[in-house]
Amino acid sequence: MMAAEVDDYRDMLRIRLIEEELLKCVQDGRVIGSAHLCIGQEAIPVGACRALKSDDPVVATYRGHGWALAKGVPPVQFIGEVMGRDSTLNGGRGGSAYLSSPDHAFMGENSIVGGGLPMTLGLAMAHQRRATGLIPAVSIGDGAMNQGNVHESLNMGSVLGIPFIVIVENNGYAEMTPSTDLTATPAAVRAAAYAIEAIEVDGNSASAVAEATRRARELAISTQRPVMVEAHTRRLGGHYSGDAQAYRPKGELEEWGRLDPLTRARSLLDPTVAEATYQQVVAEVADAFARAAQLPAPLEEEAMKHVYAN
Amino acid sequence: MSTPTDAEAITYIRAINLALDDALAADDSVIVFGEDVGIPNGPFGASKGLRAAYGDRVFDTPISESAMIGAALGSSMAGLRPVVEVMYADFLLVAMDQIVNQVANTRYVSRGRLTAPMVIRTQQGSTPGSCAQHSQSLEALFAHIPGLRVAVPSTPQDAYSVLRGAISSDDPVMVFESRRLYPSKGHVRRDADARIGVADVVRQGSAVTVVTWGTSRPLCEEAVDSLALQGYECELIDLRWISPWDTETVLASAARTGRLVVVHEAVRNAGFGAEVVSTVAESLGGQLQACRRVGTLASPIPSSPVLSAQLLPSVDTITRAILDTIGEK
Repeated sequence: MMAAEVDDYRDMLRIRLIEEELLKCVQDGRVIGSAHLCIGQEAIPVGACRALKSDDPVVATYRGHGWALAKGVPPVQFIGEVMGRDSTLNGGRGGSAYLSSPDHAFMGENSIVGGGLPMTLGLAMAHQRRATGLIPAVSIGDGAMNQGNVHESLNMGSVLGIPFIVIVENNGYAEMTPSTDLTATPAAVRAAAYAIEAIEVDGNSASAVAEATRRARELAISTQRPVMVEAHTRRLGGHYSGDAQAYRPKGELEEWGRLDPLTRARSLLDPTVAEATYQQVVAEVADAFARAAQLPAPLEEEAMKHVYAN
Repeated sequence: MSTPTDAEAITYIRAINLALDDALAADDSVIVFGEDVGIPNGPFGASKGLRAAYGDRVFDTPISESAMIGAALGSSMAGLRPVVEVMYADFLLVAMDQIVNQVANTRYVSRGRLTAPMVIRTQQGSTPGSCAQHSQSLEALFAHIPGLRVAVPSTPQDAYSVLRGAISSDDPVMVFESRRLYPSKGHVRRDADARIGVADVVRQGSAVTVVTWGTSRPLCEEAVDSLALQGYECELIDLRWISPWDTETVLASAARTGRLVVVHEAVRNAGFGAEVVSTVAESLGGQLQACRRVGTLASPIPSSPVLSAQLLPSVDTITRAILDTIGEK
């Protein structure tokens, strides 16, 4: 049991430290552009990927760094991709918000809110027909629940009998507006309208998310339909790296910060083990950034390649 | 199903049916789906008999174009070769995110690690009484998007060959069929050239190069044949594909004739004809002595045939454009 808790802490911490450093990179110019960070939400990808098979395809959103890392994408290559280097992921074509690594069954981030749902339905159709035994999973935010793509895909998945898992990360904000101001009914309530099962879970506990995802995976197989997991969490940063968050009520970040999944995960550990783990991840992340900075820039002559098959 | 012999003329819609049938028979990874495509046999009969022959590889979906096209994308990423039918090209517009942001980027952004070997079949154009939301010719919107292939077949043979080529392609292909030409008949050879991006030189001539595709081809044939009787031998080229398009054939012809007319049913303003004319002008410079574009006037298409006839290309407007380039009235 202890080993799993150390793993959860270490994997969430790795995501947190990499993203905190990436934020500095955006600010000092080592990363060109912006980044959408998942600080405060790390327990969801870490917990979900514990329960999924390693080959289960995962589709994420632009807030997908945690998902890529939780699927086992090597940090050096991940960081290099965000830095626009010639990484083994997308060779600088994806960047922070649209990277993928099919070798790790990470089918990609998506920079269109809700845009990954139809693709996940299709992945699930193919895996069902080919009887691979794999169940695709897609992460979306609470804001995506108001996109037509999500509605169409959940309905079609339900009526055609296609099993996949949709994980709704309800982080309190749809971009810069409180979700409750924009959404008539919570995600899990809407699941009933598609005749699919929904599981609500504390999204700030990796073990709880893992358990919910395990159940969701079983339900997807037994019902042969989509299954929803609504994970309640809190976004502890801006919508994107340049977001000043002036819209946040005073004191909210402090209050939400008390729910930080990382603090919770650490509190479950023996302090000596926790500190040793912390130091180990700090060193690992520093090393990954140093090695990522050594990756070459993409070759200019590559820019027009791969538009078409030939 | 009985299959036609090479000597037997079949309709355009039957040629599509035959191509789907042959593709399903040739490759287990091919699936065919869309609104009313399975049990109802397809709204225009393109999938007639296929559900009975291939079972759940041919199936019906909700009226959800975005989820349909995304489902084609995801299943093609995972090893299938889906053919999704979108009933009218006008309905593609509710799924633009999936086509443009999702499908078209798949190969490039992943450097070919993920691909989308899928086909979107649709039909387009105006027929008498069809309203403004069931009449548009929209191929240029998609030819503008890098990563997509676009075909606009006009004959039963091309409908067959283009679709077989599209299904074999490792790129996402959009096939814009012509509803008006669905009943037209012709001979179909199943072993005909199915290469992507190759034009068909329909008539040879030295006076003017006329380039067309899709629904406008029969109008151009009529105009060109009638002018031939008056002594003007026009070269008529049916592009069949507009992405990629056969620049080589068009440039060689225009270099010989020095005159170019491009005809399409899509709206003339910012239509693909503008791309053809500018490509030829850039390449030939002063060798291109005259050019004209013929397309639908810049208006939504009204339901009444009395009104739509004022806007759509006709044998008369095509003939006048050709004579204009020759300097004859």
